[in-house]
Amino acid sequence: MSAPAGAELGSKGAAARGVTRGARSTTGLGALWVAVVALLAFMPYLVSQADTSILLNFFVLLTMATMWNLLAGYAGMVSIGQQAFVGLGAYGVLVLADAGFNPVAAIPVAAVMCAAISLPISLLVFRLRGGYFAIATWVVADAASLVISSNSSIGGGTGKTVPGMSSLGPRAFEEVTYWAALAVVVVAVGLAYALLRSRLGLVLAAVRDNEVGARSAGARVATARRIVYLVAALGCGAAGALLAVSQLNVQPASVFGVQWSAEMIFVTMIGGIGTIEGPVLGTIVFFLLQQNLAHDGAWYLIIFGSLAVAIAIWAPRGLWGTATSRLRVQLFPVGYHVGRPRRTRDVVPEPPAAPPAASTT
Amino acid sequence: MSWVNAVIQGIMTGGYYALFACGLSLLFGVMGIINLAHGDLAVIAGYVAVLLVPETHLPVVWSFLVVVPIFAIGGYVLQRTLLQASLDRDPFTTLLVTFGLSVVAENALLEAFSSNGQSLNIGSLIAYSFNPTSTISLSYLSLVVLGVAVVVLGALQLFLSRTSTGRLVRAVADDTEAAQLVGVNYRHIFGIAAAIAFATVALAGIANGMYTEFAPTTGPANLLFAFESVVIGGIGSLWGTLVGGIVLGVAQQIGAQINPAYQVLAGHVVFLAVLAVRPRGLFGLRTAP
Repeated sequence: MSAPAGAELGSKGAAARGVTRGARSTTGLGALWVAVVALLAFMPYLVSQADTSILLNFFVLLTMATMWNLLAGYAGMVSIGQQAFVGLGAYGVLVLADAGFNPVAAIPVAAVMCAAISLPISLLVFRLRGGYFAIATWVVADAASLVISSNSSIGGGTGKTVPGMSSLGPRAFEEVTYWAALAVVVVAVGLAYALLRSRLGLVLAAVRDNEVGARSAGARVATARRIVYLVAALGCGAAGALLAVSQLNVQPASVFGVQWSAEMIFVTMIGGIGTIEGPVLGTIVFFLLQQNLAHDGAWYLIIFGSLAVAIAIWAPRGLWGTATSRLRVQLFPVGYHVGRPRRTRDVVPEPPAAPPAASTT
Repeated sequence: MSWVNAVIQGIMTGGYYALFACGLSLLFGVMGIINLAHGDLAVIAGYVAVLLVPETHLPVVWSFLVVVPIFAIGGYVLQRTLLQASLDRDPFTTLLVTFGLSVVAENALLEAFSSNGQSLNIGSLIAYSFNPTSTISLSYLSLVVLGVAVVVLGALQLFLSRTSTGRLVRAVADDTEAAQLVGVNYRHIFGIAAAIAFATVALAGIANGMYTEFAPTTGPANLLFAFESVVIGGIGSLWGTLVGGIVLGVAQQIGAQINPAYQVLAGHVVFLAVLAVRPRGLFGLRTAP
């Protein structure tokens, strides 16, 4: 499964038929994103501590939503159990920090552990499809929460404080956790983008359009889904690890709460499922709403849930998809557009047919 | 002897789980809808009973006479509106819509009634029990609920196999388009199936409220138990669901016997084991969904 080679193969064949990536200039977009990330990296020096903490939570939710979007929006798997990996990621950091690791350095380790755990889980839950898959993932998350809660060495049901961060001053702690969250979200969105531009993205698009057709053309559908499931566990694990590091207290009821799934699902639905931009927009809407309704307890989830239900039924492409359906604006161009080649010299002779081994792996 | 008691209590609980699960199973079988708000519906039924029954001056035991018709009508209306609208999109949308409704319902209940537990107080009836030996105690309430579950499942089976409406439900479930061709209004039939499913979940919610406390946040646990009963028993089999509920109930009681903290976990472990060894369940059809 060599992803870059696959992408290159795709674009060579594409040029001959006048098939292009959505955006006119990916270099310009790349520069835009570098500038955005650079600006965000400077935020701790520009805004108040409270705003930095809001941004951190924004990054955590955006990471989760991007992962859920990969699962449901691209691979067609509705999981309501991603909180399993959020919780395991948080506990991974706790256990590693207890063993003397630096909690921030433990974030990637905990995320990789989550991906490793997700492999055997996928063997079980992949036996069910659709809604049954959804509830099965929820059962797994509940089981993980119960196992952790019954283990008193890591705090049992009441949870435990993450050690090893007290040596940092409050200012340094705030900056380090913020940058860790920024790094995680950049890697998560970048990984999703890279995956969707790779051969895997082509397989997922083929499956979405016609699963039987994709299978008969030799696409390894189950492998593609499993890779997405592993990546989603990795990302949600990293998000959970960030929660542990930034809140310094890990409680099973909180990190394994189904409200994480609710938030990642609503954010993706409202922003626009099946686009990388959608979760970004949805997370912004979520935080605007939450900041304005924070004093009203559960009200923001009531309003946000109702909005998500309405959008799922009447505007299933979400805010981003609806707004850009005519404009073809793509900030993360992962799709292809068929059109006339713009310049004749782009039209190269059709390359010789690729060997079958290369086109089916 | 306490192990024997655990198994017997598990069988009793299994009846309640089956009562719970048959609505979930029916909605999936007929419309292909997995109702993720199923557990919250039972909680809502409990709150409706708590609110309405004092108004009617009925004894609490008879509260289902009020709540079940309300739920049947509510189920029909919800199916003809929101659920049908999401079904017209695709099954994926029904999942997201029912999950959204579940979260909205849970938080709306939290706002309205706080997170405190409620229960349906049936007075001294809860204490009546039948004691064949000194260590085994069968509460009459559990026996009645198990009986109700068997009656409901039997009635549902008879309704589907013997009545003309039941035949229409099966026809629509088998092939919606072919049923339409011969003049069946499938939306109405879907509404009827939803009405039945909601009525059964109202019964389960009331039974739950009599057994134990419920709170806005207990909905998802109900959903998971109902779902596990369906999968253990085998998707598409009503009596399999009863067996699945009993297997789940016994597993939970044995787990609780080992350590009270393992009650729910033991059920999950048995469910995952069935998924690993026999994914189509004990009595399931040949193909898993």
